[in-house]
Amino acid sequence: MRTANVRTIVIWTVVGLVGAAGWSVLALSRGENVSAAWMVAAALGSYAIAYRFYAKFIAYKVLKVDRTRATPAERLNNGIDFHPTDRRVLLGHHFAAIAGAGPLVGPVLAAQMGYLPGTIWIIVGVIFAGAVQDMVVLFFSTRRDGRSLGQMAREEIGPFGGAAALLAAFAIMIILLGVLALVIVNALAASPWGTFSIAMTIPIALLMGFYLRVLRPGRVSEVSLIGVALLLLALVAGRWVAESSWADTFTLAPSTLVIWLVAYGFIASILPVWMLLAPRDYLSTFMKIGTIFLLALGVVIAVPTLKMDAVTDFASRGDGPVFAGSLFPFVFITIACGALSGFHSLISSGTTPKMIQKETQVRMIGYGSMLMESSVAIMALVAASIIDPGLYFAMNAPAGVIGTTVDSASQAVANLGYTISPDDLARAASQVEEQTLLSRTGGAPTLAVGVSEIFSQVTGGSLRAFWYHFAIMFEALFILTALDAGTRVGRFMLQDMLGNVVKPFKNVSWKPGLVITSAIVCALWGYFLWVGVHEPLGGINQLFPIFGISNQLLAAVALAVCTTLLVKSGRLKWAWITGVPLVWDAVVTLTASFQKVFSSDPRVGFFKQRSVFQDAIDDGKVLPPAKSMDDMQTVVTNSTVDGILSAVLALLIIIVIADALRVCVRHIRRPALSTLSEAPYVESKIVAPAGLIPTKEEKEEERRAVTPAGT
Amino acid sequence: MRSLRRALRGVRWYVRELTDESAYDRYVAHVRKDHPQARVPTRRAFERMRTDRQEKDPRQGFRCC
Repeated sequence: MRTANVRTIVIWTVVGLVGAAGWSVLALSRGENVSAAWMVAAALGSYAIAYRFYAKFIAYKVLKVDRTRATPAERLNNGIDFHPTDRRVLLGHHFAAIAGAGPLVGPVLAAQMGYLPGTIWIIVGVIFAGAVQDMVVLFFSTRRDGRSLGQMAREEIGPFGGAAALLAAFAIMIILLGVLALVIVNALAASPWGTFSIAMTIPIALLMGFYLRVLRPGRVSEVSLIGVALLLLALVAGRWVAESSWADTFTLAPSTLVIWLVAYGFIASILPVWMLLAPRDYLSTFMKIGTIFLLALGVVIAVPTLKMDAVTDFASRGDGPVFAGSLFPFVFITIACGALSGFHSLISSGTTPKMIQKETQVRMIGYGSMLMESSVAIMALVAASIIDPGLYFAMNAPAGVIGTTVDSASQAVANLGYTISPDDLARAASQVEEQTLLSRTGGAPTLAVGVSEIFSQVTGGSLRAFWYHFAIMFEALFILTALDAGTRVGRFMLQDMLGNVVKPFKNVSWKPGLVITSAIVCALWGYFLWVGVHEPLGGINQLFPIFGISNQLLAAVALAVCTTLLVKSGRLKWAWITGVPLVWDAVVTLTASFQKVFSSDPRVGFFKQRSVFQDAIDDGKVLPPAKSMDDMQTVVTNSTVDGILSAVLALLIIIVIADALRVCVRHIRRPALSTLSEAPYVESKIVAPAGLIPTKEEKEEERRAVTPAGT
Repeated sequence: MRSLRRALRGVRWYVRELTDESAYDRYVAHVRKDHPQARVPTRRAFERMRTDRQEKDPRQGFRCC
């Protein structure tokens, strides 16, 4: 029995007290202004305890990570994709790969129900579900030479469940791309400053690509510095453009932006990787890590006060303007990535396991990175909760609800139970040098307003507009990169599927196949983008729930694979580690799907919505917020497509879970029938610490490895 | 002074590793050690091979939402 020393006990008691103090203040204060510092305290205290105790327990007692076992990086080292990477570097790589727009956008939208439900789910969800999923997938994929989630599903569950998982992943990718593109369109529409700055990223990336390919191959740091400098110049120049006679050229309507974006996605995805994708990726990674770091610094220095209610009335009534539906299940669906993200399982299986030095490092890389991502989500929630609630609802309610003038918006916000004067609305827009902030749905503009608020508390108000556009640029940059990269991944999946029918498609370099599949993928997400922009009921509030549902369904697939593997590898006793999050996630997500399909509330249920509008068409009536018969037809078509999509996704996931359950039951009854495709044990020769800071024993071990005994 | 220089070296190492600027050096070291008879590619050829690999399997280096 190991005994803890006094210092350790004191430290962890203090950490526990800090977390408990944060939670108590958040939970007990009503109607008074709470400082964001308490939210940060609750989060960091809980993360520290979870990492120290729960993650360690899972790594050593459940997974039984083995520090003497060689990882694929060591066994299959080819100096390129398989190579043992320093844990601190890999933490950066993995974090940069999992962090994206999701954890920034979801919490902003979820703030409609108040900051408390979001905070609780982001923290509790990451500790018991999200970080566990990332770590366990990483571990099992490491034991299987870095197999992807799809391959593991096929090998460990079966071809049927595997095929369903693959099809679901493809559909989810399409929805993801459509919704992310919609976020960008809503942020850039009628904003010459933003549109110009983002457009300039294309020539900047081309220049960087040329530099890396022809002038100085591989000199990434210097080309990234040049790129970031040009990017900041483009950002400053955006203001000059917006004030010049060019402003009209860059003031684009949403439907024009749709065409530009789809064209961009298609052309970018058929160009060689070195031209646009690779340099863009360097730029967006630099900006991403830099901005997240600045934001954390800003929150700590400015310590802003939360202005949003802890829990709003929309939580129980379920009639919120940002997205419809009540707290359960929709707050969980909306937050998605910050607490539990199915997409992370694609990174945790595939790229990262081929680079990890030691099995013991899965805790730091898998669990640790996800805790960092969750803290990004907390910061996004802080940013959304410190702005005036009246402004928040004016920005996030669809145009059908609040109209198009500051007067109608002020009136509509008053009807929602909040107050903001028309003058304040106009001033908020002019402060960030935008024509309007009304109905800028999608989360990105709201986040940008929050970020500019925090930053200008540190740097002074004169830079407010600059910070707003800085935040917009930062999000747009990596969403555009995601459009390009995501189209390529979607195309790859499609080539694989079509290749089973038409042979030449299997060859991923076959040019006609490449162009055709790229066009299909762009057309599919372009369809959802088009629908989102032209939806009379509001694109984000119709489509974002489908995005959340699909992400959480992918998480269900990952957790089902993990649970099956725990059972099959003789860890039945510990199957609840991923089994409980799986059940919770399945209940939440399938409830949401069920409500989206069958609810009798036309704001929530797609088919009810369809029938209400169809009946009105039959009677020759136009229902608001639709303005014409065409709008009515659009609503009917869209709700039919959305409803069918929700149902099909839910069905696919039920198939995967049922198939996984079948395999588990069969294993418990007749273990001899199961096969486990784990790579055989090879002894490791690498010596490396498990955590960020090496322990005394690990330092000693490293010293011994450098100077072998006897010399 | 010495500790400052060490810190700067550490930062440079981390940035080079994180951006994969060090990929070529790593590959050369790998080839020299494990395949001494093989020819070491030039940096230009190596970087081209790396992007070609990403072209063939776009799931490598994919980023999340």
